[in-house]
Amino acid sequence: MTAASLTTRGPARFDAVRLLRMLLPAIALSLMLAVIFSQQPRAMSYVGLTLLLNLAVPVILATLSQLCIIAINDLDLSIGSFVGLCACIAATLLKDTPLLGVAALVAAVGVYGLVGALVHWRALPSIVVTLGLSFVWTGLAVLILPTPGGRAPEFLTTVMKWKPDWVPLPILYAVILGLGMHLLMRSSVGTILRGAGGNPKALANAGWSLLRARVTLYLMAGMLGALSGLALVGLTTSGDANMALRYTLLSIAGVILGGGEFTGGRVNPIGAVLGAMTLTLAGSFLTFMHIPPDWQIGAQGAILIIVLALRAVLNRAEER
Amino acid sequence: MDPDEVALLLDDVRKSFGAVRALAGVTLRVGRGERLGLVGHNGAGKSTLMHVLAGVLKPDAGTISAEGGRQVADYDTAAAGKLGVRCVFQELSLCPNLTVGENARVLHPALRGWGWRKRAEGLILEQLDAIFPGHGIDPKTIVADLSLGRRQMVEIARAFTVTDTPIRLVILDEPTSSLDATAAEQLLSYLHRANLGGVASVFISHILPEVLSAAERVVVMREGRIVLDGRASELTRRIIVRSMGAADEELSEAESSARVMDTATDRPRQVVANPLAGTGGMELFACQGDIVGLAGLAGHGQSTMLIRLFDAWGKRDPATQVAAPVALVPGDRQSDGVFPLWSISRNISVRSLGSLRRFGLIDPGREKDLAAKWRERIGIRTPDMDNGILSLSGGNQQKALFARALASEAGIILMDDPMRGVDISTKAEVYRFIRAEAERGRTFLWYSTEMEELFHCDRVYVFHQGRIVAHLHRGQMTEAAILRASYADASGEVA
Repeated sequence: MTAASLTTRGPARFDAVRLLRMLLPAIALSLMLAVIFSQQPRAMSYVGLTLLLNLAVPVILATLSQLCIIAINDLDLSIGSFVGLCACIAATLLKDTPLLGVAALVAAVGVYGLVGALVHWRALPSIVVTLGLSFVWTGLAVLILPTPGGRAPEFLTTVMKWKPDWVPLPILYAVILGLGMHLLMRSSVGTILRGAGGNPKALANAGWSLLRARVTLYLMAGMLGALSGLALVGLTTSGDANMALRYTLLSIAGVILGGGEFTGGRVNPIGAVLGAMTLTLAGSFLTFMHIPPDWQIGAQGAILIIVLALRAVLNRAEER
Repeated sequence: MDPDEVALLLDDVRKSFGAVRALAGVTLRVGRGERLGLVGHNGAGKSTLMHVLAGVLKPDAGTISAEGGRQVADYDTAAAGKLGVRCVFQELSLCPNLTVGENARVLHPALRGWGWRKRAEGLILEQLDAIFPGHGIDPKTIVADLSLGRRQMVEIARAFTVTDTPIRLVILDEPTSSLDATAAEQLLSYLHRANLGGVASVFISHILPEVLSAAERVVVMREGRIVLDGRASELTRRIIVRSMGAADEELSEAESSARVMDTATDRPRQVVANPLAGTGGMELFACQGDIVGLAGLAGHGQSTMLIRLFDAWGKRDPATQVAAPVALVPGDRQSDGVFPLWSISRNISVRSLGSLRRFGLIDPGREKDLAAKWRERIGIRTPDMDNGILSLSGGNQQKALFARALASEAGIILMDDPMRGVDISTKAEVYRFIRAEAERGRTFLWYSTEMEELFHCDRVYVFHQGRIVAHLHRGQMTEAAILRASYADASGEVA
């Protein structure tokens, strides 16, 4: 069937649709930026872009963390609470007793790896495990930091408030993270990790350990989640157990918006970074559009639906 | 045989799955550079044997020895890989989300470090060129974008790529099932060359003439045992079929029952499909009780035609008229056939749920009756119809899919190469069934890639590049005529 449609149809249209689909996250982001700039030309500056996109950095890290989990056909519903926990650790333990803080962060990442192993050994649905875990993370965060407060360690604020010479900091970080993850996923090891999502049985038959692949991806996810928490505290300078709860859904939406699929190991790190930036910008975009705050959450959802619907349409066009 | 001349030796290997004995003591010696054909029904233990050879399944008892008579204690996939044993599995074992080159990497831990991508792509391309000249596959393509036939080519070529360990034995399970005639020919001639270079191959196929021409030695399995082991030159199809069991008689009966039928059009036309605008070709029609074959090279529009007919029921499309409800028997069981998590009976009844309702709910009693009736009629071999569909062997799963279509009210049955990878005796049973159902007034449209199957049809349409290029009646149907039409005005093309 596919053979026939491939041969009878010219390759040109096929490629155009595919290209459009690949560029969709970039197009959505540039459209949003274009509207913001036309409303407020002053945003088109070093300071403007830094302010607009500052909060995108932790979202990008959380999205890439989610991407690791989605690459192996799982879903992480705990990433938001995990980022919150790491932020709380950073604002308290890491500030007061750096060694203990580092140990706590390493332990948290290690638990992520264990969760991966558990999901694999017992063939548990990752959604259930991580949903349960999200309450554990939030609970721990509340124990560490019962009321919002704490202080970010100096070095985190320095890293997040640094002003490089030419490029606004969030854009610099976005490029580094996107390219880094892209290269990692394209490396010989990353290929095996993605293959574990694409056809686990074949990978096992070829002599690779699926357990190792899953634990590796979960550990990567944990590390990126911890970095997201650190980045968030560096920006806000204080912590709160519930500060990142919405990251869970934002990160999933970012991965899918960026061209990833829920199953089959199809992920696109650069797209995911653009998707995360688009979702962060959506809030400011609506303010610039003079949409009253009452409508903003609904409008944000509408933007998401429109972009995802476009993607579905392009997918279908490609199949045809 | 000198132990140095042995590529792999299995001694009294046994394997059971619960109460089912898949391998009941198999002793098999594969010589170095030998071409071994392995045949048997579905459920005869071929696949299990192959998975044991590949190291995927651990045998319950028995030993496996490598070259030189060394016994391998922990024979798993890693050990098999080290010994140079490679497999081409029936279920495609490529990662669809990776590129062709990346899939080569999956098989070779040695492909790493700087420039691994280039090396992997070069490796697979070189092998593709060696086996399937003119394949037209770019190693940077993502596998999901390739047609089934090309994926199979990649899979085969990948099994023959070498990095650090030399290949000793390649096991191919139904390698030609999704290849067209040209590629299959290329593969067989490559196997011959590889064997001259000392690479042994085990070739599993249901197409007996292919096995007889491809293999030097043929081993027949039945009920987990080897029942025949002989030189291919001394065997005939008849001997092999007889050794497999009663299939011989059934087969010839099925062949002779393909009656000569007049194609007078006094019976009502159930299906009419005109060529789509701008494509040309002939119209297709089928009268009530017809068995109409759709022939031609794989992927030349036969499946597309079936889907067009399937979609046409209940719609008013002047180009495609369908006069009765339609049911489709898919060929690709895994992707559009079975519901893997459902029971056998639910897999059968799903097409007929509308008629099994009572007060808007499904009546479990009637569903059970329906399943029991079809288990009886089509002979599904299972202790319990409430077992999961995946507990059945491939052939029996396919029978369940036939039962699903035939149990429904559909008057027109579309078959999308449903016998792919099904054993001979199951085929014979299903052929008889199709004939009986046609006599009851059902209309069959049957796409098949196997020449032999087409002779069970009353008429045959030959497809080429999405068009119908020939309409052959019973009397005109010869292998030569169908082949000529399939290759019409495409002398230089390699699909």
